[in-house]
Amino acid sequence: MGAHAHHHEESFVSKYVFSQDHKMISKQFLVTAVVLGVVAAMLSVFFRLQLGWPGESFAILETFLGKWAPDGVLDRNAYLALVTIHGTLMVFFVLTGGLSGTFSNLLIPLQIGARDMASGFLNMLSYWFFFASSVIMMFSLFVEGGAASGGWTIYPPLSALPQAMPGSGMGMTLWLISMVLFVVSSLLGGLNYIVTVINLRTKGMSMTRLPLTIWAFMVTAILGVLSFPVLVSAVVLLLMDRTMGTAFYLSDIFIGGEALDVTGGSPILYQHLFWFLGHPEVYIVLLPALGLSSEIIATNARKPIFGYKAMVASLLGIGFLSFIVWGHHMFVTGMNPFLGSVFVFTTLLIAIPSAVKAFNYITTLWKGNIRFTPAMLFSVGLVSTFVTGGLTGIILADSALDVNVHDTYFVVAHFHIVMGMSAIFGMLGGVYHWFPKMFGKMMNTKLGYAHFWITLISGYGVFFPMHFVGLAGAPRRYYDYSSFDYLDFVMDLQPMISMFAIIGVAGQLFFLFNFFYSIFRGQVASQNPWKANTLEWTTPVEHVHGNWPGALPEVHRWAYDYSNPAHEEDFVLQTTPALAGEEIH
Amino acid sequence: MKLLILLVAILGIVALVQLAKVYQLTSSLRNKREEDISDADNRLNGGLFLAFMVLFYASVVWLVVRYGDYAPPPASLHGEAVDTLMNFNMAIIFLVFFLVNTLLFFFASKYYHRKGQKAKFFAHDNRLELVWTVIPSIVLAVIIAYGLKTWNQMTGEAADDAIRVEVYSKQFDWTARYPGSDGEFGLANYNLITPTNPLGIVTAEGVESALVELDEKIEALESELAHERGHLLTEKEELEAQLHGSAHGHGDHGDHGDHGEHGEHGMSEDLHHAIEHRLSEVEHMLESDAVVILTDAAYEAKQDKLYRLKRHRQRVTEIESFNYDAGIAAWEAGMDDKIMKGEFHLPVGEEVEFVFRSRDVIHSAYMPHFRAQMNTVPGVPTRFKMTPTITTDSMRTILDDPEFDYVLLCNKVCGAAHFNMQMKVVIESREQYDAWLAEQGEFIVKDEPAVETNEAEVSAEKAGEAEENTDKTTASL
Repeated sequence: MGAHAHHHEESFVSKYVFSQDHKMISKQFLVTAVVLGVVAAMLSVFFRLQLGWPGESFAILETFLGKWAPDGVLDRNAYLALVTIHGTLMVFFVLTGGLSGTFSNLLIPLQIGARDMASGFLNMLSYWFFFASSVIMMFSLFVEGGAASGGWTIYPPLSALPQAMPGSGMGMTLWLISMVLFVVSSLLGGLNYIVTVINLRTKGMSMTRLPLTIWAFMVTAILGVLSFPVLVSAVVLLLMDRTMGTAFYLSDIFIGGEALDVTGGSPILYQHLFWFLGHPEVYIVLLPALGLSSEIIATNARKPIFGYKAMVASLLGIGFLSFIVWGHHMFVTGMNPFLGSVFVFTTLLIAIPSAVKAFNYITTLWKGNIRFTPAMLFSVGLVSTFVTGGLTGIILADSALDVNVHDTYFVVAHFHIVMGMSAIFGMLGGVYHWFPKMFGKMMNTKLGYAHFWITLISGYGVFFPMHFVGLAGAPRRYYDYSSFDYLDFVMDLQPMISMFAIIGVAGQLFFLFNFFYSIFRGQVASQNPWKANTLEWTTPVEHVHGNWPGALPEVHRWAYDYSNPAHEEDFVLQTTPALAGEEIH
Repeated sequence: MKLLILLVAILGIVALVQLAKVYQLTSSLRNKREEDISDADNRLNGGLFLAFMVLFYASVVWLVVRYGDYAPPPASLHGEAVDTLMNFNMAIIFLVFFLVNTLLFFFASKYYHRKGQKAKFFAHDNRLELVWTVIPSIVLAVIIAYGLKTWNQMTGEAADDAIRVEVYSKQFDWTARYPGSDGEFGLANYNLITPTNPLGIVTAEGVESALVELDEKIEALESELAHERGHLLTEKEELEAQLHGSAHGHGDHGDHGDHGEHGEHGMSEDLHHAIEHRLSEVEHMLESDAVVILTDAAYEAKQDKLYRLKRHRQRVTEIESFNYDAGIAAWEAGMDDKIMKGEFHLPVGEEVEFVFRSRDVIHSAYMPHFRAQMNTVPGVPTRFKMTPTITTDSMRTILDDPEFDYVLLCNKVCGAAHFNMQMKVVIESREQYDAWLAEQGEFIVKDEPAVETNEAEVSAEKAGEAEENTDKTTASL
């Protein structure tokens, strides 16, 4: 990586399109994720209109969805397609590809003191596989029969049989192909992240001096590399069941007036394979957000993150446990009750490292000197949603209780708060915090404030009431609840939830405007605007290939020497050598 | 509503314009660095966290008061245990929820930056960290132990004398089956499903008639394929070419065969006759009324259909005949089974064991009032046991709702009409239940089918079949 020495002119294509520079690839991931996030949010508004005011006509639906919303009323199959694609885009594209792709790429080389990723070429491929996968997924919205509609988990036989629903036709095939490409992207990215962290740390950057962001990204990458291949297997077997007449997931099926020639397969097999990825996936989404917020909270509370070693240990603990809990998604599939008990046990264990993390965050705030940047607001918000959403996981992990709330709005509330809101908050906080590093400009603080408060209030406004809808026994993925009298009472909440959803999505305009406007017209950033300790703030504001114009920085201390009484300033760059007689981490 | 949307859209545009102005005002004009957060802003956000906390808690309390009594009383024995466990867990969760959020928002509002303030350098404290590792562990141990105790009660073996009911799902309705006087469910096989036998119950007559029907279909299809004009014409040409070719190869020696001269191009008399015979047959078929014209794609689709029919026939012949433990023949046990659509009844206070099966995709049998749920999986029967404790009538009194009915609904997305896939459950006294059950007809294939054949369903299935055929055709095109 001696490229930094001579700044050769780069063509537009090699600088902005097929770039191998991690900073540019990071921006590519971010912009793609923002666009897909907007689409996914709009889809949720469309189906929230139907749920809030069932059967009413909305001109906007017909404008956007055409034949899927004849006379402005959402079609039943289209409703399921919207729900499915909303989930798929958010979970995989925005919060996995987008979140890890943006921040692992940006921060791993910058924070460990490397010139670039271990392989710039694989990194570039990773983005373009992601891009191709996104294009196919978006394209699937426009094919005959509509996009995949079986929910983002696409359980067979529903997803395997084109006779079962229109969304199980071409749209489903494209979904599966898109997902294979997506996994290729994830694996290329993940391997690169792991290798880079292990091999390319600069002098003095021992593992115990790594910022928590890097720990989180690395654990995330390991989870991804170990679990995504299983998703590919699941998806390929499903493709074969769909196209080649195999019966891995199918048995004894009579549909469309015909007894199919399938015996011996098991639909439950798919669920085991899917959730073997699916549960680590939850943490693939959440851990980077926790890493980002650890860094943001320490920097803006002007305090060392409390219990660094415990934070690392709980990351590792959560990462490990996430592989042995998948069965809690399957308590009502008829699995052996004893096996269920094992999953209850392992799942509830995750609450312990999670509790440690929550309390450590809060202790970091205690007696701090908190500076409320928009990033800090989002990180404090994250701690709240992580706790609030995590707690209801205790109910869902308890098989005896899960039986009654499984697949109800209670689940929807739970994972949207703990995983959706927390991860989005982490990602948004990350964007506000590292925007100066990415684009060399500052985002507007006041707009950031407005954005945060609207998002926090409307986020809780949407998802908190859903707990009660679920406890009353309302199943998720229903198009209309009016044929069940026992739900009439809680359905009062639906219009309110939809109003909050509309406000919350509209509130993102503050962000979108701020984001795009600041890229071009924002205040020019200074080198270390937040007075942070980590290495990325020692690089020049103007990006250079190879990150540091001169020699690589040498690290002498951990990343969290904030308000260290031995020093005059309330921050100490990691490159600062030990003072005489100073004992350093 | 339209007005509201329009309003939101207009507001959005106005907002954008205003945003640009605010943006300019707050940053450039006042010549202030974005990263310098003023004391006023810190105080404001700290205060807002406190205000948010109050607002949040008030809303939570409002939700709990208004919607917290979330469901009608549990109507099953294990449901009561589940609700007790739920309340126990909820109490812990709410406690931690309030405690942790309060600490968080309180610290956020208290320790914001003011001039001259310094943060406390506090990097770790093993004792504190031990406290919040050990306390959650103990609480969780209790939660796990209590939860698993309830789980084991729920999922244990059903009593021998439990009432057994099969619940069968398909897009988009439910069917219930009772085993009848012999106490055994008849064997069921998906290959025998017909409009009059929606569960595919196996009986000797059923198997026989299925075979007859399949044979008829196979024969008809084979005959149709045999009479395809294009294929017949091709065959005719080939046959003629063979005859002609053999004639040409042997020159004028038309009667060489008689003398046993088997040259290398020789054709036996028999073969010659056979070809001639076939040729006349083909010519005859070409002139008959049965001749059909099919596109290549349609021909292939029908060939495929024929293959699938033959496979279906094969699977029917493989259905095994055996005896249940009690000595009842599996193929006969179904004769007296009772099949219900729309609603099914159960006696109060008696244990019932459900056996769930599914015809097409995964559904989930969810009975929220009984705190009961189990997926129905094609090819993999599942079970759930429960003991209803409150009759429909009593529940109507308790809820003061004369219209109330227990309901079984689908809770696993299964297609367009998933949201309305339901069946009524009636809980009543043993006497009422016995009387109701006695009224229900038995399932016998040969005689009058006890099941009311739903006209709509039959035509829907026929339509499905037709639709599928066209699908295949277009697919191969």
